[in-house]
Amino acid sequence: MYEKFITDLPRVTMTLLDGFGTTLEIFFLTLIFALPLGLIISFGSMSKFKVIKWPIKMLIWIIRGTPLMLQIIALFYVPGLLFGYQYPTMNLFGYALSPRFVCVLTAFLINYSCYFSEIFRGGIESIPKGQYEAGQVLGLTKIQTFFKVVLMQVVKRIVPPMSNEIITLVKDTSLARVISEVELIWFAQEFARTDGLIWPLFYSGVFYLVFCGILTLIFGYIEKKLNYYRG
Amino acid sequence: MPILELKNIHKSFGKTKVLKGIDLTLEKGQVMSIIGSSGSGKTTLLRCVNFLEIADKGEVLVDGKTIFRAGEKFSAKEMRERQLHFGLVFQDFNLFPQYTVLDNVMLAPKLLAKDDYKGDRQKKKDILDNIRKNALDILDRVGLSDKIDNYPCELSGGQKQRVSIARALALSPEILFFDEPTSALDPELTGEILKVIRKLASENTTMVIVTHEIDFAEAVSDKIIFMADGVIEEEGTPNEVLKQPKSERTRAFLTKLSDK
Repeated sequence: MYEKFITDLPRVTMTLLDGFGTTLEIFFLTLIFALPLGLIISFGSMSKFKVIKWPIKMLIWIIRGTPLMLQIIALFYVPGLLFGYQYPTMNLFGYALSPRFVCVLTAFLINYSCYFSEIFRGGIESIPKGQYEAGQVLGLTKIQTFFKVVLMQVVKRIVPPMSNEIITLVKDTSLARVISEVELIWFAQEFARTDGLIWPLFYSGVFYLVFCGILTLIFGYIEKKLNYYRG
Repeated sequence: MPILELKNIHKSFGKTKVLKGIDLTLEKGQVMSIIGSSGSGKTTLLRCVNFLEIADKGEVLVDGKTIFRAGEKFSAKEMRERQLHFGLVFQDFNLFPQYTVLDNVMLAPKLLAKDDYKGDRQKKKDILDNIRKNALDILDRVGLSDKIDNYPCELSGGQKQRVSIARALALSPEILFFDEPTSALDPELTGEILKVIRKLASENTTMVIVTHEIDFAEAVSDKIIFMADGVIEEEGTPNEVLKQPKSERTRAFLTKLSDK
């Protein structure tokens, strides 16, 4: 029993690492694109114009009000069923992304942009009006006031809720397997199905745990770095 | 010609009429204090002149030139240019917490100078050096030379307010406005701010000060305005307004203050 575990371990580790690669791809691509997109959506949800504000609010309500798993399934099947749309194979920095992967990424992007946008909104709205007024009387443009005065303060305020959401994203990537996008958990389950091995499933948890541990350290470092001032 | 002239300024918030027709003039190099009880419209008047509120009616002239006329549209760029006639010191400082004292003072001059050097390296360096020298000089004048690398959170209230005065001065405004500059400070800290304002007055800085410090207003002002219920109830020299008030309301206000 013990010997079999030792002989299985390298094979299982390599396979799980392969799946973990996909997990990381989903994670980083979602993060890179959903952060700026979330900022844009947050501007929409704070817009003075009702034609912009209300559709955005509605979108956020739907996205936050339904399970991400359902959103992935819907995005995968509905466009095909209704419009005969097929997700394309995409090329990103020389990487070929499979249609399944593109679909998963789209779902994650929409979902996480909406969550991030609410964090941005909270941060932006928590900045005192006086900061904008100070920018105005000093002759700064609205854009200069936002980027030079407000944004850094927003970043400091949103690091804790953002870390929380980003760490959730690490584990949410496992939902990709509902449309058979093979990632870490999918491979681990495959061992249970084909080899009758249950331990790789628990072993996969170690990958998430270690990665989240690293992220926690990074966010702690960022928080400390931003702690050079109060307020 | 007066440097600042307000004509018939009106402002309402919803149904509440806060300013009901303010006319006043201020000569270059003069200091004017605006006194009056809370809710009399002093701060709103200051905010209207500084474009933080848009007056419903009336006109603002600087050096005889109209810079604001109610109902007239002007672009954001025009507004920013006109804004720079004025400097405003807020009651609660509104310093930028993420920047050092020196960077708080230099931020706006640096951003505004961007159009002047446009990619010219040598010119950029000269301009930025000048901005830095000017900022250091101003910080020295308000007595903060030893705090230039500190962050606002490391300063006392009085020091913060002096930074915010320096920040306003760095843009060399023609008129400097103060909105109750000592109201957010502990009583023992008001002295240092009043000292700075006194010094500015002695250097012939044109200033408009909304204040509750009557003794200070008397000492520093060339002109005092008493506001009540959105109108100027009385105006004149400190002696006229504070010692020989003609209006019943001014008298009542001053009595109430001296009773405290």
